[in-house]
Amino acid sequence: MMQINCPWCGLRNATEFKQHGEKPPRPDVATTTMEQWHDYLYFRSNHWGVVKEMWFHSAGCRQFFTLHRDTFANKAIRSEGDPR
Amino acid sequence: MTTQHSGKKRSRYSAFQLFSKGLTQEGWPEVWSQPEMKSSYDVVIIGGGLHGLATAYYLAKNHGITDIAVIDKGYIGGGGSGRNTSILRSNYLTPEGVRFYDRSLKLYEELSGELNFNLMFAQMGHMSLAHDDGGMRTMRWRAEVNKAQGVNSEVIGPAEVEELVPYIDVSKNTRYPVLGALYHPPGGTIRHDAVVWGYARAAHEMGVHVIQHTEVTGIDVEGGKVTGVQTSQGRIATETAVNCTAGWASLISDMAGVRMPVTTSPLQAAVTEPVKPFLGTVVVSGTLHVYVSQTDRGELVFGASVDPFTSYSMRGTLEFVEGLATNVLSLMPSLSKMRLLRQWAGLCDMTPDYSPIMGGTEVDGFYVDVGWGTYGFKAGPVAGESMAALIATEKTPELIKGFGMERFSTGQLVGEKGAAAVGH
Repeated sequence: MMQINCPWCGLRNATEFKQHGEKPPRPDVATTTMEQWHDYLYFRSNHWGVVKEMWFHSAGCRQFFTLHRDTFANKAIRSEGDPR
Repeated sequence: MTTQHSGKKRSRYSAFQLFSKGLTQEGWPEVWSQPEMKSSYDVVIIGGGLHGLATAYYLAKNHGITDIAVIDKGYIGGGGSGRNTSILRSNYLTPEGVRFYDRSLKLYEELSGELNFNLMFAQMGHMSLAHDDGGMRTMRWRAEVNKAQGVNSEVIGPAEVEELVPYIDVSKNTRYPVLGALYHPPGGTIRHDAVVWGYARAAHEMGVHVIQHTEVTGIDVEGGKVTGVQTSQGRIATETAVNCTAGWASLISDMAGVRMPVTTSPLQAAVTEPVKPFLGTVVVSGTLHVYVSQTDRGELVFGASVDPFTSYSMRGTLEFVEGLATNVLSLMPSLSKMRLLRQWAGLCDMTPDYSPIMGGTEVDGFYVDVGWGTYGFKAGPVAGESMAALIATEKTPELIKGFGMERFSTGQLVGEKGAAAVGH
């Protein structure tokens, strides 16, 4: 099983986590065009290789963090976050 | 190695031929060969699976366009076409979906004769179980939509479920008691490899080049138009490229500079050792995330929902088997002594609304037939037929009008989530 290093809890099984996927910055509603808004809502890069995503430790500390993950090798590479 | 194409008549498969070959011990002729790649084609189809080959077949048969290359980086039918659980049905939720998949089922019914290839289509019936009031409401909704579109579907009660499949636990003592089911008699299973081979054989006979073990490495776009396709065997000049690459759809579209609303998730399935035939229908439970069917060889094929996170990795996981076994056993406790033979995974190109993306893109001559998620196999023939009509006539057929990429900018999504076999 893939294991993910939670910045708060350490190395845990992937089944404890929930993927939130690519998180591009939310466009400012006041200035954005419809096109940019739809792109933000629906379109995804869906990269092959190392991606930077948001994950949620749903069955653990319930914190969000950033994970660098290889989508081909099915490996979590490193996590970013601020453990308290 | 070059082969003659147009004019070369394939030998027709028949019972007589089988008998005489058995007597004479003669070998069978090659069904299709790897042709020399030309430097230009009218149409280049990327992806030699069911959708790509069906598109090529219907382009040649219905529209007389035979200067086609179908390019695959592996062997034909090695992706989703050979990894699905080969269930066919048309009991969808939206009228668009029902009409579309019903056309596909009708094509499948005629396909064995048309391709002169035994596809072993068994219309054994398809049963989607409901375990709660919400589920029953959806089943009634689906049954009414189906009937309005002329599709044979009805809601049945637990007694009829037990009559159809005595091995299902319909008692009230289970965690998810069976309250009823949507029964769809025309549904069933087919031999998925044979469908791919049948299309490849028929397309090859009409002059289509099926080029295997050749990877597409780039798509040349000049002035917003496709001018060629780069492959590991060299460049092909073409004005029309079709992306039929399922799980790899985003990677191919990226080459043409087209962004896709697609994410790739693995979908796993498993098969048991063969036993005597006992399961007369396909059994699906959305609540338990499982579908079960028995093949002609007696093996039970299990499928479930896509993996919990996106990935391009096609490996099986232990947690999948554990979850699957738990759910299968709560449905059919008598299977507890069965042994699994193997498990595998395929890649699914999921869209936000669980409907495919078919049609042109902002790049002239670059077509997509992707976003097939977990339901691409049952749509193969109609997708091929519709894409062929679109490419040949440049008019979008009525059946696929709702499935264009523009729906993500107009907001007119075709929500098929409620009708997916199991939750996604």
